Order: sequence, then structure tokens, then C-alpha cells
Amino acid sequence: MTIASAAVIGAGVMGAGIAAHLANAGVPVLLLDVVPKEGDNRNALAEGAIAKMLKADPAPFMSKRLARLVTPGNVEDDLDKLSQVDWVVEAVIEDPKIKRALYERLEAVRKDGSIVSSNTSTLPLSLLTKDMPARFAGDFLITHFFNPPRYMPLLELVVGPDTRPEVPQTLGAFADQQLGKGVVMCNDTPGFVANRIGTFWLQCAVVETLNRGLTIEEADAVMGRPLGIPKTGVFALLDLVGLDLMPKVDASLAATLAEDDAYQGLRRPFPLLEQMIADGYTGRKGKGGFYRLNKANGARVKEAIDLNTGDYAPAAKASLASVSAARRGGAKALVAHDDKGGQFAWAVMSQTLGYAAALVPEIAGDILAVDRAMRMGYNWKFGPFELLDKLGAADFAERLKAEGRDVPPLLEKAAAADGFYRVQGGRLQYLTVDGSYADVERGEGVLLLSDVKLRSEPLAKNGSASLWDIGDGVVCLEIHTKLNTIDPEVFKIIGKALQIVPKDYKALVVYNEGSHFSAGANLGLAMFAANVGAWPMIEDMVAQGQKTYTALKRAPFPVVSAPSGLALGGGCEILLASDAVQAHAESYVGLVEAGVGVVPAWGGCKELLSRLARDPRRPKGPMPPVAKAFETIGMAQVAKSAFEAKEMGFLRGEDHVTFNRERLLADAKKKALSLVEGYAPPEPMELTLPGPSGKASLAFALRDLYAKGLATDHDMVVAGELADVLTGGDDADLTEPLSEDTVLKMEREAFMRLVRTPGTLARVEHTLETGKPLRN
Amino acid sequence: MVSYTAPLDDIRFVLYDLLDYDGRIASLPGFEEAGRDLVDAVIEEGAKFCENELLPLNRSGDEEGCSFENGVVRTPKGFKELYETFCEGGWNGLALSPDHGGQGLPKTLQFVLTELICSTNLSFGMYPGLTHGACNALELHGSEEQKAIFLPNMIHGRWTGTMCLTEPHCGTDLGLIRTKAEPNGDGSYKISGTKIFISAGEHDMSENIVHLVLAKLPDAPEGSKGISLFIVPKVLVKADGSLGPRNGVACGSIEHKMGIKASSTCVMNFDEAEGYLVGEPHTGMAKMFTMMNVARLDVGMQGLGLAETAYQSAAAYAKERLQGRSLAGPQHPDKPADPIIVHPDVRKNLLTMKAYNEGARALAFWVAMAVDIAEKHPDEAARQEADDLVALMTPIIKSFFTDQGFENTNLGVQVFGGHGYIREWGMEQLVRDARIAQIYEGANGIQALDLVGRKLGQNMGRLLRRFFHPVQEFIDEHQTDPQMAEFVAPLAKILSRLQQSTLWIAQQGLKDPEEAGAAATDYLNLFALTALAYMWARMVKVSLAHTNGSGANGEMPEFHEAKLATARFFFQRLLPRSSGLFAAIMAGKAPLMEMKEAAF
Repeated sequence: MTIASAAVIGAGVMGAGIAAHLANAGVPVLLLDVVPKEGDNRNALAEGAIAKMLKADPAPFMSKRLARLVTPGNVEDDLDKLSQVDWVVEAVIEDPKIKRALYERLEAVRKDGSIVSSNTSTLPLSLLTKDMPARFAGDFLITHFFNPPRYMPLLELVVGPDTRPEVPQTLGAFADQQLGKGVVMCNDTPGFVANRIGTFWLQCAVVETLNRGLTIEEADAVMGRPLGIPKTGVFALLDLVGLDLMPKVDASLAATLAEDDAYQGLRRPFPLLEQMIADGYTGRKGKGGFYRLNKANGARVKEAIDLNTGDYAPAAKASLASVSAARRGGAKALVAHDDKGGQFAWAVMSQTLGYAAALVPEIAGDILAVDRAMRMGYNWKFGPFELLDKLGAADFAERLKAEGRDVPPLLEKAAAADGFYRVQGGRLQYLTVDGSYADVERGEGVLLLSDVKLRSEPLAKNGSASLWDIGDGVVCLEIHTKLNTIDPEVFKIIGKALQIVPKDYKALVVYNEGSHFSAGANLGLAMFAANVGAWPMIEDMVAQGQKTYTALKRAPFPVVSAPSGLALGGGCEILLASDAVQAHAESYVGLVEAGVGVVPAWGGCKELLSRLARDPRRPKGPMPPVAKAFETIGMAQVAKSAFEAKEMGFLRGEDHVTFNRERLLADAKKKALSLVEGYAPPEPMELTLPGPSGKASLAFALRDLYAKGLATDHDMVVAGELADVLTGGDDADLTEPLSEDTVLKMEREAFMRLVRTPGTLARVEHTLETGKPLRN
Repeated sequence: MVSYTAPLDDIRFVLYDLLDYDGRIASLPGFEEAGRDLVDAVIEEGAKFCENELLPLNRSGDEEGCSFENGVVRTPKGFKELYETFCEGGWNGLALSPDHGGQGLPKTLQFVLTELICSTNLSFGMYPGLTHGACNALELHGSEEQKAIFLPNMIHGRWTGTMCLTEPHCGTDLGLIRTKAEPNGDGSYKISGTKIFISAGEHDMSENIVHLVLAKLPDAPEGSKGISLFIVPKVLVKADGSLGPRNGVACGSIEHKMGIKASSTCVMNFDEAEGYLVGEPHTGMAKMFTMMNVARLDVGMQGLGLAETAYQSAAAYAKERLQGRSLAGPQHPDKPADPIIVHPDVRKNLLTMKAYNEGARALAFWVAMAVDIAEKHPDEAARQEADDLVALMTPIIKSFFTDQGFENTNLGVQVFGGHGYIREWGMEQLVRDARIAQIYEGANGIQALDLVGRKLGQNMGRLLRRFFHPVQEFIDEHQTDPQMAEFVAPLAKILSRLQQSTLWIAQQGLKDPEEAGAAATDYLNLFALTALAYMWARMVKVSLAHTNGSGANGEMPEFHEAKLATARFFFQRLLPRSSGLFAAIMAGKAPLMEMKEAAF
């Protein structure tokens, strides 16, 4: 059983987003909704949803071209087309009657062996399948996506007693490998796993905030970063998901949970929230929420609501000793602190984590499922049980006892043993419900560097990068600086790889498990060097980078880079110097040097030019690749997915894309091994560049942009240097191809001229301080 | 008695020939009147005043000291009259705002005057010095009403000022202060607490004393974010501006100390004294820094001023004191012995003083001009650049100049031998007076931390650009000039070491703040030596132009030849100290931190 085509019924935010993500995975998908009562276009809802998604940011589609895989339709005219599809996802309104009526209709048309799933987040599976035909119950399950479906990795699966075993197997494997989802099998209990715990946590945090008289800024400062929770904390998160959702989720959970469930005791009226919803303060989608942006008087002032009065005032930065303590001492120092922040943190986390501990195995078979669900569904850095280990399971249980509170049995077991997780014999183990430890098994095709690190020592290591033996003769180069920026220490480790790999290994993979592959060169270092006028030192850094990247390209073994997240500037240039790229679908690639007032100088100009020139699908002739590279680099364009990176020339057409982050290393390793036999490094190439005539035409276009106010003064300086490099300079000529070294020299010289200009220094300074580009 | 003549030739050389006072300062808006003629007149008058009025009271003031009886502090004989003459001469408000009665002259001139005052009577200079700091803070942060009430009297000098920061249990770490401010309900506050080490806290020279006091409001956040700044006058001021009853502030005692004995150092007790909040609540720390930054540069000038007097006295003595014969054979066979200046080691002491002093003077006035540019330049970018330079160089001037002040006054004693050690010649007073400057306004170790911990990283190292880029440009511009080669080459070498150590500290410090802390003092000194080398190279450039050929360039040939000789001494005999500093910095923190505490 495979899934080669699909249909989504219901073109709301979730349905449309799921359809878009199926298209991202290359699966043709039918998107159906009801026929609108007004207007002639019977497909208006689905078509409107697609059109809206093409404009949305962040984009649901990984490339606009992929929208063609989504066929809009309606449930009146197109229902029979469901007979062709392997999987039907229902994402209509959360009303069991409507859902069941729809199921009956599609049951009549769908083919044998096809899978039907509901994206419900609140209804039990048992209710949806009750009294439905056996064929339906056998092919049915719940597939609970998180919003937005492209970006949130969690997919909760719930099966019923009648669901055929192949159904979750097939769908789980498809979601894992093709959609890149982290699949968590949940029991058919209210809220499943993530929302059960997440809603409890939110509710508990809101109640404790009110009871303790904290401001929302204080609550968010505590309930965010110090605990590894996104900085939106509680109230900014509610703004994000929509305030009106909260009472609905609350009502649904309260109605379905047992009366003695701890959640029931948390509920209390919140008149301010009701008033806010009634006034249209539903969060970011409405007029604002607990926070709002006051744009009066031309200024944009972030304001926060006073929970006592309901009045807004400019948001104040919370100043809490507990939060400061957590910066050094982590979550443990936070909950141990006796200020109001520390007490609040303990109150909320003791209840929430205790609740989670009491719910295994009721909601899921093991703690792994719960931790994965909270990490991937709520973007927590640590799941509840990982957090409990951080706080110390034994200490946590002790404190509960001291306060006369119940200690859940599973927590008792963890406290008496080695916590919820431990490392034994180089393997990560977790505490099972019977109190014994079992190895954390990774699925077939999953290889994590974090596991490799548990069982081995690095082949080489310094403060910025390491080399790891990942088996089968493959070495992994891991960068581990802040944002994985590249500095001379990284070059040293690349140099080590160039020594080690040819001697004892077969191939090199460049990969790390940070949020970002690499945000580029370490600008802070370069900025300091520039500020102290250490120009030779900067030139040396540029030259070292060129030398290192060239050596990587010419290495006598295959090099495969496996980016995820940002691969910008010098990070992008590593991709360009690799034999192949195994890209995570969520890769954000670009040569953004112009944004900080320089040109790519670690081979980026040279490599992008040659990629564009050699791509058979692009226009021929010397000028088109130059013009395209000029536009891409000059405007610091960033590809917002691996697919866009291919379209822009950063990746080759034949480079592979991996959807599941956890499979990236294994895929890259496989790719590297496939290149080993008969490997020959690329021959030095020559570039045919147009010279002054080409530069003149770029300059013409540039003047036009400037005249229209689309380019700034310093843009002109930077673009002028870039045009010089990309066209080969004053002496270049179409009849005399240039060597790679010549173009590298031009990159280096242009970089050095630019880095001395006040405009460039101001850009770098501004970017480092604010994280945003300066338009000067 | 010490020998001192204000070094006007050198001051003019630095202002006009080296730093282009006319082009850079006299051209700023508001300084149209402050051309060279006026400046010359002011500094000549100032020099006379200091030589004739301040200097004669320096030793007697030291001998007599301040006295304390029944809450009253008496300054030494003659101080009160001297202060009155000083104020009447308009010296107090020289560079303060004309809006409130000041003369509004460039701050650069204030730096010049400060040097002269510190050379001739540091203790006396403390009183107007503190008033300046307080005036600056009020000008920047006071309300219009506060300015109108206090500034005219303070700028005139009729009322003096203080800064009340330190308490018995905290000095460096002001987050710990306990002085309280309770609202009275009418906009004023009741200030209660004890402040110590308050210079000019109480004295008999002015009719009122305006204390600027750091205190905490009842709802203040913990630490330095909860400090507010208050005005607390010794005598309350009535609505019509006349003086009313005494406020609840009194001097509890004065300190008996090593030096600056004519400057009163007081314990101040505030007992529900009426005070007025300056600016917003809890923003006192930043405001205090405005005062402190000016004060830190002032303290740097104290080091230079004392060192100048030490040098002049020692040079005069070395030329007169006959003792032994030159190692090269008798130089003055007609006399019973040669003057001691024939000896290499005595010359080394004198040249060390001279080279540091003249380099420091050039550096000080370079930064002084940046203070004016930062305030007055019409272009915002130029103001910012100048402000950056001042911020960067302030800890260097404070720390290095005062360390040199102590070292050079000490060398002065050495040249005098036993006569330096006894009181009669006044040389030992210079050492004692110089010692405090290394400690107050932020001990020199704190200055070094300010440099590596705050200034280096500020705006991603932007402040550094204001120093390194001009130096680098100077090197680039002159490296092919054969006459400059002997100066530019060592300058380039020390600059590259400073670059390396800056980057090293920036990198290490990010990972481990203790590394930055361990390097701090040596780094500050390396930075200072580089800055002096830069100033010396620039001075050489000017003097070379004056000594090349004759005619128009030939004015004061001896002065310029001496400059070049001193420059060679600096580059060949003092600058090599940078090698030791560089090696020490790069050795890292291990040798400092490895020994167990118990082993000390």
C-alpha cells in the first residue's frame, strides 16, 4: 500500500495547509470544499484558499510551482474523483454530525484499501466511527496536524480498535518519510497528547498569573526562554493562536475529560478574556490581544494589557532575579528561586509536569511519545520528562512530598532510579512504565549525531567545530558555534578533515543538529578586526576561506553538505563547494553578503556564476548567468526552501531533498557513499565573462533602480563592486576565459575595498546589533 | 620649593601646530569668539594666576591641612581669599554654559587650565573641580527650574558642588547603597543616610554647598537599576533665590589622609534632609556617569599636572646639583663637581618624565577637542565619532595618566635624592598628592575593566574604530617617508600588537570573562603606550617640518630639536615596555587564577 495521491476535504486554514504540504511532498492532491451559496464559481472556496496561500508569509508552499499539484474542487461535483485517491483527509468543522454525514458520502465513492483520516483535534475517534461500516472503521484513523502544517513537525496519529494495522503503518511511514513529520502514536483520549498537556500548561499558567498578580510581561519572561519554551511564553502564545480558541478548547476538554481530572480543578472564569474576545481583541489575527501594537502618532509601540484593569500600557521588560538566575543556572535555578517569578515557575511546572507524569500510559505508551509531542507540537526545547530530568526527578518528587502533594507513580520510579533518561553503554535509554529502562530506538533510516556523540569521541575538535566518525567510512564535520557561524577555527577543522579522511575514511558529510546549518561568516570577529583596522588579518581570513573551500572542492573524496535552516553567506558557500547537497526541505539558502555591504568572497560569486552558466535549463550565452547572479547576490535573495534554492541555482537539479530532519544525516551519508566508487574531484574550470560591456549593461540597470529609489547610496557602491567581479573586471573579454583563481582574487579585492568603507562598517554594525539589515 | 613655569610653549604647540585648534575648534558654532588671540590671553592669564596665587599656597596648605571642629571645616590659611579671587576672575565658569553665567569657552581650554591648576595646587583645584562635575550633571539632566536656581550660583562659584556616591559599605559597587529617599508629597524628598569620602563635602569657602546624592526610592528595584539622583543643598534655597535655613545635612568628621590635605574629605550625614529628584526615578546611575566621565578625565589631568611639576623641579635641580663627575670625564672642570644631569641614569629619569608628560599632554588635548566636537559639531556623525573617541579614551587617560603621575613624581623624588624625601623641597608632597588619583573616581583596576568589559564591546567594537583607523591611516600615509621611518616602524609594530591583543581579548572574553579581566590592566597600558606613540609620531611630523631648513620653518629650533630628541627617547627607550605588556596579556589568566585562595 502506498500513497501516491490524496484529497483534502475542507479548505480552511488547516485543510488548505495540509493540501499545500502534500503538494510540497510531490503528491497530487484534490482540495474540496462546499459550494458557496453565492456566486457562480462552485470551486470558489478551494480556489480562494490556494490563492491566499500563494500570498501568505510564511508560505505554505515550498515553491509557488508546487501549487499546480493542488486541484481545487467542491464536494458536490467532484466527490466521485475520490475514487482515484489513496488517502482522504477530512478537515471540516468540528461537528461530529457533519463529519459523519461526509464520511457516509465518501464511503460510497472511495476505493477499497484507501485510507480516510480526520484532522480533528477535539473529537474522539470512537465517536466518529461509531456504527460506521466495518470497511470504514478499518481504514479510518485520526491524523492530527499542527498549525501551520508545513512548519510544525508534529503529527499525532490515533487509531481505533477496528483500524487495520497496515493503515497507521502506511500512513505513518508516508508522513515520516515524505511529509517529514514526527509521528506520535496517541491513545484515543481527549486532546490526545500535545494539546492535553499544552492546554493544561496554558490554563495553569494563566490562572497562576492571575492568582499571583504577575504582569503578563513577567509571566512570559518566566514561562519562556528560561524553561526552553519559545519566548512567546503564555500570553503572547495565546495572541498567536487566537484568544477565541481558548474558551473553545477549554469547553471541549472540560466536557470530555473525567470529572476528577486535574484539569477540571484549574478552570475558573476569566471575564477579561471574554470581554476582549467580544471587543474583537482576538489576538494577532484581530485587533490585538494581550499585547497589541499601538501605531498611533506614527510610532509603533508594543503595549501590554494590565490584567487587573484591562488597560494597555507600553510593554515593560520584566526584571526578575529568578530569570537572571536562570541565565546561569538554567530551569533548576528558576524554580528554586524564591522571588515571585521563581514561585510562579514552580507552581506552574510542578502541576504541569506532575500532570504529564500521571498521564503515561493513559495518553501514550511511553514518555518518548509525550516528549516528542511537546517538542514538535509546542516547540519546547525539552519535553516534560526531559525537563523533569533537568530539574532533577528526585528533587522534584522530594519537593512535592514536602509540600504535601501527590507524587505520580512514574515520577516515584524515576526518582528512585536514574531519572527518566540515562545513558548506558553509550546508548540513550528511557524509563518505561514498568520502571525498567529501554534503549531509545531510532527508526530505520534515522541517524542522529547526538547519538553518535554518546558513544564516541570526536576525531578532532576545537571550540568551533568537530569531526565525528559516523560509520561506514564516513566522517561528519559539525560546526558548533553560535548560529554555526564560520571562523578560522572552523577552517582548522576542515583542514583536519582534509588530512584524516583520505587516510582512513571514504567521504565527508557537513552537517549539524543546530537550528541552522550556518548563518555565514562570523561577522562579529570580522567587525572587530575591521574596527581595529587589522586589514591584513581580514584579508587573511578571506584568503583562508577561499583556500579552505577550494581545498574542500578539490578533495580526493566526496563531500556532501546537508543543510537545514539557514545556510547563508559563507554557509551557502560551503554548499556551493560540495560535490552534492542533501538538503532538508526547510533550508533557507542565500548569498546575503550584500546586505552587510560586501560581496561573497569565499567563492560564492564564482560558483554561482558557473552553476548558472552550466544549467541546461537556463538561457544560453554569457550575459544571462551574469545578470541572474547579479540579481540574486545584489538583492541578497534568500531561497525559502530547498526547492526555491534549486530554482535560484544554489542547489543543483540533481541534489536531493529530505523532508524529515531526523533522516537528513542518514540520507546525506548514503548519498556520500554512493559517490565514493570511481570518485574524481571536479576539474578546475574556466569562466567566460563579458567584461566592461557586461558591466555597462548592469550599471545601466542599476542606475535605473537608483533613480526609482529602489537602491540606496551604499547599494550603488556594493553593487558596483559586485558587477565588477561578476563581469570579470576591466580586462575580461568573452574570448579569454578566466581561471577560478582570477575570479577568487577579484572577489577578495572587492571585499577588501568594501570592508573599508564607512557604509559597509555601518551595515555590519547594525546587523550585528539588531539582526536586521541597514538600508544606507 | 618646587620650580614651575606653565609649559605654554608646549601647550601652544599641541593646540595649534599639532591639533589644529583654529581649524577644528575655533570653527565650531558658538566658539567664533574663541580664536587664537583669546585663547593665548586666557592661558597666559591662567598661567600667571596659577604660578602667582595657587602655587604659593600649595605647601602651606599641605602643612596646615583642613581642620574640623563642631561640624565646621576650616580650609588652610589663605584658601578662602584665594577662592574668592578665583571666582571673581571668572575662572570657575570658564567653559560652563553662558546661559547661566558661564563664559562658554571650549572645554579644551578647561583641560589646559585644569593641568595648570593641578600642577600648582591640586588640593585647591578639588573644590572647583567637584563643582564642575555637578554643574555638568545639572546642565544635562536638571529641570529648567533646578537649573535656574542652582546653576548661576554654582557656575560663579558662590556655591560649590559635590558628588555623594560612596557609603561606608560600598564604593565600587553602588548597587548596594542604603541612603533612602522618602517622598514628602510636595515633590520634594527626605534623604537619609551616610556618605563617606565626600570631597569638598564641607568647607568655609562658599556660602552654600550643593550635594548631588545617590539614594533609593521606597519602590526601587534591586541593584544599580534602582538608584536615583537628588539635589540636596547644605542651606535651603527660598523661592526668591535667597538662602533659608540649614538643611538636614551635616559633616560628621573629616579624614586624615596621605595627601591632598587641603582638600576636605568628609563623612556626610543626611538626616531627613530635603532633596529634589533629578530627572526620572531610578535613572541616577546613568546621570552619575555623566559626572563621573568628566571627573575621570579631570583626574587624569591631575596625574599629568603633578608629573609636570615633578619634571620641571627635577630638571632644574639636576642642572644645579653638583655631585661627582661624569663617567666620560669631568664636564665642568672649573667646578668642584659636575651637575648630576651628566649621568645617564639621571637623564633616563628626566627623559622618562618628559616623554610621558608631553605625550600625555598631546593625547589629553586631542581627546579634549573631541569633547568639544561631540558637543558642538553641526554634523551628527562627527559628533558621534568624537563622542566614541572620548568614551574609549576616558579610562585610558584616567588610569594611565594617574599611574604615570605617581611614577613620575616618584622619579622626581629620586632625582632629588635625600632632599626629595624631606619636606622642604615639596617633592614628597607631589608623590603623596598623586597617590589618590589612582584610586578615586573608579580605581585604576576598574578603569581597565571599563575598557575591556564595556568600551571594547560597545556597538560591536565601534569605539575602537575612532582610534585605530586614524592611527592606521597615519602609518599608511607616512610609511614611505624616510625621515619618519624610525618612528613609523615602531608605531606600526605596537599597533599590530594592540590589534592582536584586542582581538584576542574580544574572542577570549566572550568565552570567559575572567580572561578579559586578567588582561585588562596590561591591555590598558599597552593601549596607552600605543596612543602615546601615535601622538609622538604626529609631533615628530610637525617638528621635522620646523627643523628642516631655515627661514619660515625655523622658529624655536631648540624647542623642536628637543621634541625630536624626546621622541627618539620615547620610541627607543620607553616603547619597548610594550613587549612585556603584550607577552603578559597573551599569557592569559592561568598564572593569576591557578593558585588556591588558601595559599595567599
